[in-house]
Amino acid sequence: MSLTNDRIKERLIEKFGEQVSNFEEPYGMLTFEVPKDMNLKLMQFLYDDEELKFKFLTTLCAVHYPDNKGRELAMVYHLHNLTDNIRIRFKAYLDINKPDIFTATKLFEAANWLERETYDFYGVNFIGHPNLKRILNVDEMDYFPMRKEYPLEDQTRKDKDDEMFGRGGSIGYGTVKTNDDTTIAESEKDNVGDKLV
Amino acid sequence: MSDVVSIKDKHIVLPDGSIEKQTTTLNLGPIHPATHCIMQNILEMDGERVVSAKQTIGYIHRAFEKIAERRPLYQITPLTDRMNYCSSPINNMGWHTTCEKLLKIKIPKRVDYLRVIIMELARIADHLICNSIVGVDTGAFTGFLYVMQYRELIYEIWEEVCGSRLTTNIGRIGGFERNFNNTSFTKLEKFLDEYPRVLKEFENLLMRNRIFMERTIGAGPISAERALNYGFTGPNLRAAGVDYDVRVFSPYCSYEDFEFTVPVGSTGDCYDRFLVREQEMWQSIEIIKQAYQKIQEFKGAEAEVYHADVPEYYLPPKEDVYTKMEALIWHFKIIMGEINMPPGEVYNCVEGGNGELGFYLISDGGRTPYRLHFRRPCFIYYQAFEELVRGSMLSDTVITMSSLNLIAGEMDS
Repeated sequence: MSLTNDRIKERLIEKFGEQVSNFEEPYGMLTFEVPKDMNLKLMQFLYDDEELKFKFLTTLCAVHYPDNKGRELAMVYHLHNLTDNIRIRFKAYLDINKPDIFTATKLFEAANWLERETYDFYGVNFIGHPNLKRILNVDEMDYFPMRKEYPLEDQTRKDKDDEMFGRGGSIGYGTVKTNDDTTIAESEKDNVGDKLV
Repeated sequence: MSDVVSIKDKHIVLPDGSIEKQTTTLNLGPIHPATHCIMQNILEMDGERVVSAKQTIGYIHRAFEKIAERRPLYQITPLTDRMNYCSSPINNMGWHTTCEKLLKIKIPKRVDYLRVIIMELARIADHLICNSIVGVDTGAFTGFLYVMQYRELIYEIWEEVCGSRLTTNIGRIGGFERNFNNTSFTKLEKFLDEYPRVLKEFENLLMRNRIFMERTIGAGPISAERALNYGFTGPNLRAAGVDYDVRVFSPYCSYEDFEFTVPVGSTGDCYDRFLVREQEMWQSIEIIKQAYQKIQEFKGAEAEVYHADVPEYYLPPKEDVYTKMEALIWHFKIIMGEINMPPGEVYNCVEGGNGELGFYLISDGGRTPYRLHFRRPCFIYYQAFEELVRGSMLSDTVITMSSLNLIAGEMDS
């Protein structure tokens, strides 16, 4: 008898009662929510339980919802039961001013870098993580770039004098900057002489 | 006076304990021929033995997840190309199937089979590179050069189908941009005819070669339990003895219609990883043969189908765009990404060259994803590198690295 979403749901409610909530099944995957201090307890239960056996961490990531006051960051975990081949997803919402959650590294080695990545991009603080440092971005970075307050670069921005890339500001391809902050075309620069920088 | 420099500042100050230190620090990478891509390993060496290894990654991080939040669906496909660029069609198909799952598009069987052909060719190209590079790192360059010719043939087939070779951007949501032409089928036949002999020769060169076996057996082993805990997937997990294959566990693109076996190893060392990849190439050839057979069985109008009927997401034919108003409008809307997708969240995965390549897509009903997370198998299993090489010789770390098939593009996304 293989495991079904209904059975998992039943088993979870049996164990945790009202603490697990918001059950959904988008595109067939059981999805639910737990309080943020419950994530490790829940994963431990899912891992150890004779029937559930969720022993494989597929992935974890964060999502930023700036409009959800008090629960701006969502941690999303995907777990896989390889014996019965069923996946589940659960979420824990965090306050962006205090984004603390327990680490899953004690249970899954795979969580180590995934959590570092999540910290790197969203600033989620994993309590108990052995080495919570930035992983893909430079160490000197002082913000968390995947948060929604940092939009991607606007192609028409004017504040950046980016000659190296020939974009932004008043500098474009084939133009040269002059002393008096105007630009002239590359082809005409011979005629201008000392006006050039 | 403030600008007098004290004598202490003029001398190099050695870090505490560096004189008494018994081990040597060795930087392997970021630019080193043995890493094959841009990543760094800081090894602590006791003589020739590795005491510890610290990996630094992120040298080619390109913020794909962030960029994807500003891009409509079609503009994300080229981003996926650049993850595991040894088998980019699998990434493309993975992305298209994710979109199709979100949009609940039903794909015709013929399209599925064509996709299977392309994906299995990609798997062969990926494993071919990986295995021949293991050969190179153990000192046999010949095999690498020899099989490269057949990777070239695979690239030519992709070129016939989509026009490009490495970063393919192949396919569309709902199918392919055009039907396969006769040349591509001829080249496929040529490949199916010639490649098995070459693969056999390649195997003869390495598989029972004493030097190769002694270099790879016992190098970088991992147990099944540890591999699962580290989130290994794909050939590296199967080499450790776990038969997890996404194609079997959650079939996509009609993989359930094909007969193939999932090879497994037992020790999870470099030799087993090599053997598993070899076997998978043989299985891929079988799958391609079956798919080609199935394609030839389609008759009449069915034999011409190469995309699903999804006018909202599939570009109209070019001749219609030039002559019909309706088609022109749709063309514009699709290119500019002016179509809202339905809200929802979906996780979809495919068996990539390195394992489970997952796409977690959250849509809020807008034109671009609200959040897109890539599960990159390479990123996840590279964590285990220290455990794999601790206590081994320096030369073993190099082959462990190449036999894990580390692709910086996939790791750094």
